[in-house]
Amino acid sequence: MTEGRWPHPRPGITRDNQFFWDGLAQEKLLIQRCAACRRLQHPPAPMCPGCHGLEMDSIEASGRGVVHSFVVAEHPPIPPFAYPNLIGLVELEEGTRLVTQLVGVEPEDVRIGMPVHVEFERVEPDYVLHRFRPASA
Amino acid sequence: MSFAGKAAIAGIGQTEFSKDSGRSELRLACEATLAALADAGLEPRDVDGFATFTMDNNPEIEVARAIGAGPLRFFSRVHFGGGAACAVVMQAALAVAGGAADVVVCYRAMNERSQQRFGTGTIPRAGVATTETAHFGWYAPFGLMTPASWVAMQAQRYLHEYGATTEDFGRVSVACRRHAATNPVAWFHGKPITLEEHQASRWIVRPLRLLDCCQESDGAVAIVVTSPERARDGRQRPVVIRAAAQGASIDQQMMTSYYRDAIGDLPEMAFVAQQLYRQSGLGPKDFQTAVIYDHFTPFVLSQLEAFGFCGRGEAKDFVRDGRIEVGGALPINTHGGQLGEAYIHGMNGIAEGVRQIRGTAVNQVKDTEHVLVTAGTGVPTSALILGRA
Repeated sequence: MTEGRWPHPRPGITRDNQFFWDGLAQEKLLIQRCAACRRLQHPPAPMCPGCHGLEMDSIEASGRGVVHSFVVAEHPPIPPFAYPNLIGLVELEEGTRLVTQLVGVEPEDVRIGMPVHVEFERVEPDYVLHRFRPASA
Repeated sequence: MSFAGKAAIAGIGQTEFSKDSGRSELRLACEATLAALADAGLEPRDVDGFATFTMDNNPEIEVARAIGAGPLRFFSRVHFGGGAACAVVMQAALAVAGGAADVVVCYRAMNERSQQRFGTGTIPRAGVATTETAHFGWYAPFGLMTPASWVAMQAQRYLHEYGATTEDFGRVSVACRRHAATNPVAWFHGKPITLEEHQASRWIVRPLRLLDCCQESDGAVAIVVTSPERARDGRQRPVVIRAAAQGASIDQQMMTSYYRDAIGDLPEMAFVAQQLYRQSGLGPKDFQTAVIYDHFTPFVLSQLEAFGFCGRGEAKDFVRDGRIEVGGALPINTHGGQLGEAYIHGMNGIAEGVRQIRGTAVNQVKDTEHVLVTAGTGVPTSALILGRA
């Protein structure tokens, strides 16, 4: 996917989301959890909307989920991505959703509701991203 | 006390709509503002307020300095891209009704095609860690970084949940391009399309094709808001702001509200609709025409549902048989919309709403008493009901 010449887009990392990206660096998919009431949320926030807790921890996701929606980006081609670029919105079995790359499946064969599981890709020496593959593959 | 009905649009102005204006965005803002003031029969020295988008690159003080307006006692900006369009008019109406200003000019000026294109990919700037760059960080690393791609994710789910097809998206394009075809200032003047041409156009981000996407445009639009009394003394038939509202839903995100239960819908726009109907006492049957924000066709369907023109998931049937075209039960975007006339972040749609109430639109709908105008979708948004004085 990465052609090397173009830097891979990076997130802005704040005190609210750093744990997530640190987790990916260790090939772990983390979900923010309120330490007080155990509510999960993604994208993370500095305060729990349920109990106003400010202390957050995280759990490691099982990595299993289903495709909730998806798109096939074709134009404009933006480096370093390969096109067509299959991008999914995956609902994890823990209940939160996240946007990710879908691999190991042709755009024509993706279905909403398709079971998928996580894997990790080192897109640059110090940069790991999650992506998902059909569970049966 | 409500502000509804206590402010009016006295003038509208615009530049030509092009792909390369050949002049600065600030100059476009000044030209449109002067044109709107002339239309209203007001002078630059009458202006004591401005309202625009946070995305606009032209500071109020620079517009005021160049046209010789001021001193200013009200200046306000609204965030969230095209969701600001009707909200800037709401800001002006609040200021006028509340006595904070007498004459407020709302403007949006952009060289969106020749200078700053929105569709080329939003990449968070490395090293700048803010809540907004963190937000784009959930999408850009995977290549989900254009407005079309953000909308396509919700559109795919809409198709899945309601059994709609991409032809239903296409019917929106066909209607807008039909209206643009008879509008001499529209970029696509004289260029209608068929549903077959829509279906044959290339993929941008599946399920969106090229002809589901609005244009990229250079141009500016300005709207003059003042009291209904002062507007009555002006050069034009006054257009009263019957209702104006903003809306952000629970768990609202900027272009990526993917985390709430039903992502095929637009609850923020349903919330706006509820407020507009409450303020005005009007309902969906009271509009002769509507300007429905059309940066991408799928959200036109969702908006028709949010405003109660049809039930949830029923827009695919509503848009058939020319119902949303001139001559149909609810003609929308009679100027051609942003698909057909120009993409001025929704402000050209407000100008069209004004012309429909005045009775001066190029594709005039007969006996137009009330027009609904909506702002950007997928973002925190806004809408207006315009009516006769």
